[in-house]
Amino acid sequence: MLFHLLPSALHEFHAAQESDGGGLCGLGLGLILGLAGRASPVRPILWVRHAMMACETGKAYPAGLAEFGLDPARMLLVQAQDPQSALQAGLEGARCSALGAVIVALWGQTKAYDLTASRRLALAAKASGVPVFVVRVGADPVASAAETRWLVHASPSRPLAANAPGNPVFDVTLLRARNGQEGLRYRMEWNRDAGEFVTHPVNAGAGSALAGPALAEPWRKYGNAPLSGAVVPLSFDRPGAPHDEAPSRRRAG
Amino acid sequence: MKRPREGAPGEQPFVLVEKERGALRIAALDSVAARKRLTIGMALTEARALWPRLETADAAPDADAELRLVAAAACEMFSPLVALQESDGLLLDITGCVHLFGGEESMLRLTQRRLARLGLTCSAAIAGTPDSAWAFARCSRNTIALPGKEAALAKDLPVTALDQDTGTTVALSRAGLRTLGDLADRPSSVLAARFGAGLTVKLRRVLGYEDIRITPLRSAPEIMAEKHFPEPLALVESLLAVLDRLAGDVGGVLARRGAGGRAFEASFFRSDGAVRRIWVETAQATREMSGLMRLIRLKIDALADPLDPGFGFDALRLAVIRSESLEEGQQDFEGRAGCEGGASEIAALVDRLVARFGRQNVRRFIANDTHDPVRTGGTVPYLSSRLSVPWPAPEPGHPPSRPLTLFEPPQLIEALAEVPDGPPLRFRWRRVLHEVARAEGPERIASEWWITGSRAPATRDYYRVENAQGHRFWVFREGFYEDSNARPCWFLHGLFA
Repeated sequence: MLFHLLPSALHEFHAAQESDGGGLCGLGLGLILGLAGRASPVRPILWVRHAMMACETGKAYPAGLAEFGLDPARMLLVQAQDPQSALQAGLEGARCSALGAVIVALWGQTKAYDLTASRRLALAAKASGVPVFVVRVGADPVASAAETRWLVHASPSRPLAANAPGNPVFDVTLLRARNGQEGLRYRMEWNRDAGEFVTHPVNAGAGSALAGPALAEPWRKYGNAPLSGAVVPLSFDRPGAPHDEAPSRRRAG
Repeated sequence: MKRPREGAPGEQPFVLVEKERGALRIAALDSVAARKRLTIGMALTEARALWPRLETADAAPDADAELRLVAAAACEMFSPLVALQESDGLLLDITGCVHLFGGEESMLRLTQRRLARLGLTCSAAIAGTPDSAWAFARCSRNTIALPGKEAALAKDLPVTALDQDTGTTVALSRAGLRTLGDLADRPSSVLAARFGAGLTVKLRRVLGYEDIRITPLRSAPEIMAEKHFPEPLALVESLLAVLDRLAGDVGGVLARRGAGGRAFEASFFRSDGAVRRIWVETAQATREMSGLMRLIRLKIDALADPLDPGFGFDALRLAVIRSESLEEGQQDFEGRAGCEGGASEIAALVDRLVARFGRQNVRRFIANDTHDPVRTGGTVPYLSSRLSVPWPAPEPGHPPSRPLTLFEPPQLIEALAEVPDGPPLRFRWRRVLHEVARAEGPERIASEWWITGSRAPATRDYYRVENAQGHRFWVFREGFYEDSNARPCWFLHGLFA
């Protein structure tokens, strides 16, 4: 499924937040880190965190990153006091082609992340070739210039011996993609030792024919290939994703 | 240096009072009060008996200390080495600076004028040693002691210039020793036997026979370039143009030394005495001054309170605070510095981020060699020089055993466990009930044996739990069911991917 993730583009990840005030931010974040880590194994990753993120979902924990399979020494962390500065820092990073990836983690519904801001990020990513991931927790999707938009759910893991939780598993849904492959759902299991995701299609959608073991290495296979399928031209008056398409869920309280 | 007078008290004496030994006493007074024979330490009641219309205000030592730092910063225009002396003085080491201000007399006048703009009256003196200058400043104002002439001039100073305690001063005057000249004529061994060696050492210093170094507030920069303007300059753009030229000078010195700067400071001396400092730190040693100027501009743009020129700036200084050796790199055909382009690009990015968001907000992770989960991993400013121990390699074939995010402090949850040492069956976190579907543990983590007493946290039993929806949490129980009377508490410490 990850063939959608064009390396030099903006991708949006929404953590589906299910319980009141709950944070499953680790989730979306983990997914992104896995992707970004693999995108280029040695380059540093810029991780911009909105300060609210630390209050709601905890501080970034380097020992956990190391356990997740990502060298914490590669991370360059920026703490932003408000969404505007988070996006500014992300933009600075997106212009720097020496980075492996840029992650901008935003908490809550914010006006700062709009079509203009996302368009800036997308253009910078395209020019520099650095993938930019915008992680949003506790926010509804808004029209944006993102290449793809994903909804990430937690998913029960495959238990180990004695009913211990197994490898992290996520359910991801493609809410919107520029090449029209919408509505794909996958269950992805992170295998740290192999450094890759094992993906299983959840329902028979348009992408089922494409899913399979061959797609587990999307970056290697489709690294610099042009986007397959029709690329929807970007226009500013066109809404990015209709709101009613987003699954209904409660907002943070 | 005198305390500033608040308002215009006219011809009425004005004093600052503070409570001392159970009575309000005069802590400072203005010139009118001094003329009217009021003295420091006099009880306020006594002073009021003399002058019923005395105006008073409470002394504010903290505000005084702050004002003195402002004054010290204002004096940095004359010399980078400024030290605080006692409770109300400043010492400037002007070695090698005098010719820049047209001689000692003119420098003394300029210093006084600059402090006067801050609303301060100062009495100043120049001499060969710090103690000597201090004695002249307090006892015979505006003296300039030429090299080697201190002893002759100081002979007329009263013994109070030695700054001894009241007992010693009274004893000296009772012995008929009123001036330093009287003391200087006696053999020092006699004085030392009666008053201690401290007095003779001080005497030698005041007479200029013995020189000591002052301890400046801020150490002298490695390299600095400055420009003084004949008229105050108010346009920020022209200031930056001047700064650009100074940067060129500094860059030239750096290149000659084969060094590159890691930390720079631009000081803007405003004509009313205020000093603005722009501090720029770079991730890599640099002598590429256009980059530095970009960072300074970014920093000025990001200032919470803009660089208010007021009535203009008198002087501008660019200093290299810290430098490292920097080898000349071979440039490639396109004029770029060769080799590790990536590293320098990252360094430039870090510099931009630090300039915009502050040093404290651009961080990197470091590992500490401990198994305490709270202390094992932390963040430090990216530019900090702290080193990290290597990260422990994860155990293969096992899912991540540490969460991606950690709550600090851990969040209290209500949990229900099936058996005393077992994982929770269900727990309530942020008003939501989570049913535990899978769990692993306990992983018992106790604090290190060398941490004792109240600092040592209780032993914790950590569990990795997963709820029915697949959210994974790191929870722990503090204390044991069997050995404590109170029920053990459960906490949620982190969230897994």
